[in-house]
Amino acid sequence: MSHDRGGEADPRIGAAVALADDALVLGHRLSEWCGKAPFLEEDLAMANTALDFLGRARLLYGCAERLGGRNEDEYAYLRDAPEFTNLLIYELPDADFAAVCARQFLVDAFDVLYFPQLAASAETGLAEIARKAAKEAAYHRRHSSQWMLQLGDGTADSHERLQAALDDVWGYHWELFDNSPLERPLIAAGILPDRQALRDPWQEAVAATLAQATLRLPSSKWRVDGGRAGIHTEHLGFMLAEMQHLPRAYPGGRW
Amino acid sequence: MAEILPLYEVFVRARRGLEHRHVGSLRAQTAEMALQYAREIYTRRQEGQSLWVVRSTDITASQEEDAPAFFDPADDKPYRQATYYQLPEGVKNL
Repeated sequence: MSHDRGGEADPRIGAAVALADDALVLGHRLSEWCGKAPFLEEDLAMANTALDFLGRARLLYGCAERLGGRNEDEYAYLRDAPEFTNLLIYELPDADFAAVCARQFLVDAFDVLYFPQLAASAETGLAEIARKAAKEAAYHRRHSSQWMLQLGDGTADSHERLQAALDDVWGYHWELFDNSPLERPLIAAGILPDRQALRDPWQEAVAATLAQATLRLPSSKWRVDGGRAGIHTEHLGFMLAEMQHLPRAYPGGRW
Repeated sequence: MAEILPLYEVFVRARRGLEHRHVGSLRAQTAEMALQYAREIYTRRQEGQSLWVVRSTDITASQEEDAPAFFDPADDKPYRQATYYQLPEGVKNL
């Protein structure tokens, strides 16, 4: 078994795969809600959003392949958890609908800052994908912000559950703003945005929506990381087992 | 939850210059959410350039039993149709 995380010669490959892993894992988590959302309209909305992320993952894996990496199916279906480099926040299972909303709101607030900057990347393949992602992210943020307002400023029960979900996921958000060793030279080369620099504008935007939703910005400093190094929560393995089962049981199968 | 959410009617304008057309309805918590769901449900395949949503209860509709009083009196007023008039000689457009 190979553990060549970003071990390809070109660091741009590892960077594209990391972003692709983020999108694939989140897209899969969202797709798990298909048929289970609170009502039909939101069910369609969640499935559409899941497809946006799966589409983004495919474009990014394609970018990695063009730079000399492997093909998208090998990346998605034939790697084990330690080879995935997604950030941990994307792989967390959703205990309830509040958990989906809380995580989605935090990552959408990140995406609306990150992708417009990546759209100016010196790597034109990444820039092109980022232009599309930036438009999607603007819409995703609009939707997830509405849920913050609906649930945060809704009933006592919805407020309490959303606040609990925010508190639970908070420790995983810090990693969004870490520049990995693989990313650092690419940031210096103008290929990737500096994540650290996005932390303050992100918190400002998040705090504004939470205040409007009568929610409290979590204050805990507790943090977890490891995603970019392939050190994952136990949940990713279970997710991959389900996601990869068919292509591994029937290699090259078509239908 | 669905039975307590208000119903909205959705109107989509397919292209610039066309009118908004009624395409269906959906349920949502607020007008903003209705607009977002309209985007998700009715414009997935590039059907639209613009969306309207209207609370269904805000529409005042004529009733079936209104039809005779509302619409039948127009039956015997053919002079309201352009085709009723003969084009006078020399007039190219009317």
